[in-house]
Amino acid sequence: MALNTPTKPADPDYVRVRSTATIDSGKNLLDVKALKMHFPLTQGIIFQRQVGAVRAVDGIDFFVEKSETLGLVGESGCGKSTTGRAILQLYKPTAGEVKFDGVELTRLGGEDMRKMRRRMQMIFQDPYASLNPRMTVGNIIGEPLEVHNLARGKEKTERVQELLRVVGLNPYFTNRYPHEFSGGQRQRIGIARALAVEPEFIVCDEPISALDVSIQAQVINLLEELQDRFKLTYLFIAHDLSVVRHISDRVAVMYLGKIVELADRVDLYERPLHPYSQALLSAVPIPDPAVESKRKRIILTGDVPSPVNPPSGCRFHTRCWKAQQICSEVDPEFIEHEPRHWAACHFPGV
Amino acid sequence: MAQQLLEVTDLHTQFFTRDGVVRAVDGVTFEVAAGETLGIVGESGCGKSVTALSLMRLIPVPPGKIVKGSIMFDGADVLKMDDDEVRGIRGNNIAMIFQDPMTSLNPVLTISRQISEALELHLKMDKSEARKRTIELLDLVGIPSAKKRVDDYPHQFSGGMRQRVMIAMALSCNPKLILADEPTTALDVTIQAQILDLLKNLAREFRTAFILITHDLGVVAGMTQRIHVMYGGKIVEKADTAELFANPKMPYTWGLLRSIPRLDERRKAKLVPIEGLPPDLIAPPPGCRFEPRCQYRREICREKEPELEHIPNSKPDHEARCWGTQQGGWLVDTDWHKEVGDTRVIEEIKQEVAQLPPEPKPGDVPPPPTAI
Repeated sequence: MALNTPTKPADPDYVRVRSTATIDSGKNLLDVKALKMHFPLTQGIIFQRQVGAVRAVDGIDFFVEKSETLGLVGESGCGKSTTGRAILQLYKPTAGEVKFDGVELTRLGGEDMRKMRRRMQMIFQDPYASLNPRMTVGNIIGEPLEVHNLARGKEKTERVQELLRVVGLNPYFTNRYPHEFSGGQRQRIGIARALAVEPEFIVCDEPISALDVSIQAQVINLLEELQDRFKLTYLFIAHDLSVVRHISDRVAVMYLGKIVELADRVDLYERPLHPYSQALLSAVPIPDPAVESKRKRIILTGDVPSPVNPPSGCRFHTRCWKAQQICSEVDPEFIEHEPRHWAACHFPGV
Repeated sequence: MAQQLLEVTDLHTQFFTRDGVVRAVDGVTFEVAAGETLGIVGESGCGKSVTALSLMRLIPVPPGKIVKGSIMFDGADVLKMDDDEVRGIRGNNIAMIFQDPMTSLNPVLTISRQISEALELHLKMDKSEARKRTIELLDLVGIPSAKKRVDDYPHQFSGGMRQRVMIAMALSCNPKLILADEPTTALDVTIQAQILDLLKNLAREFRTAFILITHDLGVVAGMTQRIHVMYGGKIVEKADTAELFANPKMPYTWGLLRSIPRLDERRKAKLVPIEGLPPDLIAPPPGCRFEPRCQYRREICREKEPELEHIPNSKPDHEARCWGTQQGGWLVDTDWHKEVGDTRVIEEIKQEVAQLPPEPKPGDVPPPPTAI
């Protein structure tokens, strides 16, 4: 818990630490710097010309340490899934660096990238759409083993059965098809597939939001167990703040293509600095009428603006109750306000 | 009891499929008073949406059929009405807000057309009156510059705005009862907060009764007066909201409460999931429907199905469908807060707490940067 080291507000140098979200690169499994992912908008039928871009991710810096879970939260359309995919190079980033274990991924070619992919995997949101309905469970989980030349024949079958056991399914399910399973079981199959190549890093893209309430806990617990057992590092993308709080060591809050706040879990949930994080936290309903009646809600007005044409200056200023003149003019820098607690706001505070 | 607006008695809705009869709603009884907000909570497939659709007679026939029961709305039985009479009630006295605002608006009609339709049909307004009222309604639900936007098409609105349009549509004829089926599930948290706030104010202002159907216990905690928990087509626990959260009795309710992480949890405790899967409603378990997943089950639970009965030593309207909570049962005096299932976890938490550094004071936070 990083509740220690009281800060020295008087020290001007301290406040102005620049946005280097990398303290000690040696410990970090993943370093992301100034990552941008723009999707072009084109017009015309034969001669397509670019008329603009969806700035899904627009310059973000963060790092993920070994064996930790970094939660990435935000509303839909804020660019959290795009971030996950851009890290795995499923999209070619428009600009910026993605360093995985010291290797710069954005410049890697096909074969080198495939080798790196073995070390990083993804768990998808929709367990119904992410499993091929025409493949058996054995083939689904075994495919990555073959692609990466890890196991064949009998060895592969044994490995698949072991993986099924690891995720809490019956090893004799290998010849069944995905439609024979429930949502929670399918998600376990997706997890087994991701684990097959023994990755170090897994991007979990909303792995539980399509599941029923009573099933969600089973999958969360499974992910935690697997992390302990295989020393996995997670980037956990979700919109549910309670779940992210439960599973993460550190949390990053995204708004409209930018990370607005990044901190250790306790710091972020107890003392959020950015007004958007504060509003987001106050909006989550708590299943306890006694607590609920006493809470003060910050209700934001309006909707998230379009990422095609984001607001000038701070992107949140159109919905922010603290906004001043400067907010619409100058984009606030991503500054370390407290040790390991970054925020991008002109007027941060509790 | 006071005059009830809606009384549902022993409602059975079944779907006749190739695989067998799905007993989606299997003997549900409840009532709603005028101006009251009732929450129905349960997982997908527990029959909560089918219950709502049954109330409006919107079940597709075939394969569905309301086999048994009665639905008394304002003194008349909805199930005995002919189609014309039901149409007179639908949208007029009972309105519905659907889960998915993306698919429940007609994409080829303007917003004004869609809201005016009900006004012209039920309240016999002429076109200009209906248009004026439509603009008023859109204003009421908080759509900015309603006058300009009334002729827009649904795709020009965002998700939260569309849900506001749905609410305006539901309110258009001043219904006595609004069924809100997962009204915020498809929305983001900040938008969810806006919509819940709006619904709460409307309920207060217009004294409209609401039935709020959701899987999110957090949503019902702040919104409702009473809550019914459904499982496998049946109501398994009913109580008023404060009582249900303070003193839940049915093991399924416990399961729901402790399987979700809470935003205000003090420290990382392990979640206790409900093992197994929800029941297959074609061939439900013979005894208690929750028995196969229940960690407190006994022999009797598998053999015979319990009735919904009052729980001894609790508030008068607190009822549960559980053998363990009936007179002399083994769960009557169990305090659920102690029932985390794994005592080791509690011990671990205690040790963790002892080692925690003292909480930081609010004053420790540095002031905002002065120069940028």
